[in-house]
Amino acid sequence: MSNAFEIKNLNIYYNGLHAVKNVSIDIPHTLITAIIGASGCGKSSFLRAMNRMNDLIPNSRRTGEILFHGVDIHQPMMSEVTLRRRIGMVFQKPNPFPFSIFDNVAYGLRIQGMRDKATLDQRVEESLRRAALWPEVKDRLKQSAFALSGGQQQRLCIARTLAVDPEVLLLDEPCASLDPTGTARIEELLQKLEKEITIIIVTHNMQQAKRLSDTVGFFHLGELVEFGRTEEMFEHPRIQLTRDYIMGHFG
Amino acid sequence: MTSATPGSSHVKEQMVGWAFKLCGLLSLFVTVGIAVVLFAEAAHFFGEVSVVEFLFGTEWTPLFTEKHFGILPLVLGTLLVSAIAMIVAIPLGILIAVYLSEYASARVRRSLKPILEILASIPTIVFGYFALLSVTPFLQKIIPGLSGFNALSPGIVMGIMILPFVVSLTDDAMTAVPHSLRMAAYGLGSTRLQVAFRVVLPSASSGVIAACVLAVSRAVGETMLVAIAAGMRPTFTLNPLVPVQTITAYIVQVSLGDTPAGTLEYRSIFAVASVLFVLTFILNMLAQKLRASFKFTYA
Repeated sequence: MSNAFEIKNLNIYYNGLHAVKNVSIDIPHTLITAIIGASGCGKSSFLRAMNRMNDLIPNSRRTGEILFHGVDIHQPMMSEVTLRRRIGMVFQKPNPFPFSIFDNVAYGLRIQGMRDKATLDQRVEESLRRAALWPEVKDRLKQSAFALSGGQQQRLCIARTLAVDPEVLLLDEPCASLDPTGTARIEELLQKLEKEITIIIVTHNMQQAKRLSDTVGFFHLGELVEFGRTEEMFEHPRIQLTRDYIMGHFG
Repeated sequence: MTSATPGSSHVKEQMVGWAFKLCGLLSLFVTVGIAVVLFAEAAHFFGEVSVVEFLFGTEWTPLFTEKHFGILPLVLGTLLVSAIAMIVAIPLGILIAVYLSEYASARVRRSLKPILEILASIPTIVFGYFALLSVTPFLQKIIPGLSGFNALSPGIVMGIMILPFVVSLTDDAMTAVPHSLRMAAYGLGSTRLQVAFRVVLPSASSGVIAACVLAVSRAVGETMLVAIAAGMRPTFTLNPLVPVQTITAYIVQVSLGDTPAGTLEYRSIFAVASVLFVLTFILNMLAQKLRASFKFTYA
């Protein structure tokens, strides 16, 4: 099994706050990796480091190395713009653009200079199908994305990310604002996508991590406490802190 | 001293409430009063001049012995100057707003915005002199046929004058666009330029258009600048190089002159003012509607 990411001694600081502490981890290729932990444990900061979204936060600083398929993502030859096209991101709250459904999905392709109407049509349909949204929206692609329900908006955001054909999908608590039906649809979708791309999902829903993931990492106060195969970790956690968190003693 | 009884404090409260209500109503009465006077005097005017001649006539010579009351030259003059102003103010204003909201650091922003406010506090008569005595002579070196009074120079200066207004409102609209949309755009591999022009600006479009409409409304109503630098000759033309007269400049001309009250010439200023009033009223309503829909989008 090859690794998508190899992360060595990653530290992230915001002003005085040491948010991620000396984390080293290998994230496997085309599987679902879940990152769990209590709020403020650094799991979102860790996720944002992987497509360099942290660079956008003023006064953030990083040390350590992140290799993506063996290549250092911070080396001068690597542009963060290209990197983010290869490593897509879905956020906690659905954040569609105030454009039509079609224009939302086509956005990433258009900024890369794709103009051809037929190709755009085809790529938009394909992305919406992959995000399991096509049947619900195929007759109203020209409508505003804001007319969709929260769960549909989140699937639209996934479709928008998939449109540029990323190799990795980073999801930051994508179901936090969704109802159980919406959550179930997203989980179903992620399980289908798992075969094609690497998925890393931050969640504080332990059941979700257990249902979805193949490997799981547990963060506590900025440190990676334990990382391993999901079944093993949920059944026989090696570390007491992990056991307490999984049992719901804190968090 | 002991506190007042509950009864008297209640009466006081009520009186204060009434006083505030009166202040509010006063501004309403004044507005309505102005409109009534305007339209009443205009009605007298239309007793003598046909509405059709007024609205569609292309000659405006109320102060000559042979009088014509076709407002189109004034309307055209007003639109011409305003259009030149918008050609200057809109692209420049949007670019400055994009810089302020998407590129400038918090420190630059803090020092640049007050400078723009200063530009907004210069009296318009100063802009008028600036147009007449500096910009026009300068332009005459580049454009040989340019007459001393013209639409071009005050138009350009007016564009600079309303620039802070466009920048400030556009910047407000852009900064109101949720941060999460910028993150989504960056996450899809957008450059900063693409985030600014392909996500933030379109997302703020109704707010930006409202800013532009309000700016047009100000340009249409601007008086001193055009009265000084555009000339006082109502010309039915779209040529920016010759003297023109705007609606507002005509009102100045008649108000300051020795036209006796009650004459047809005197009443004509109420007729043209009514047109101005309706025009700016429509523009302001349009802007308000746009701003409301913008706020609704991100409520």
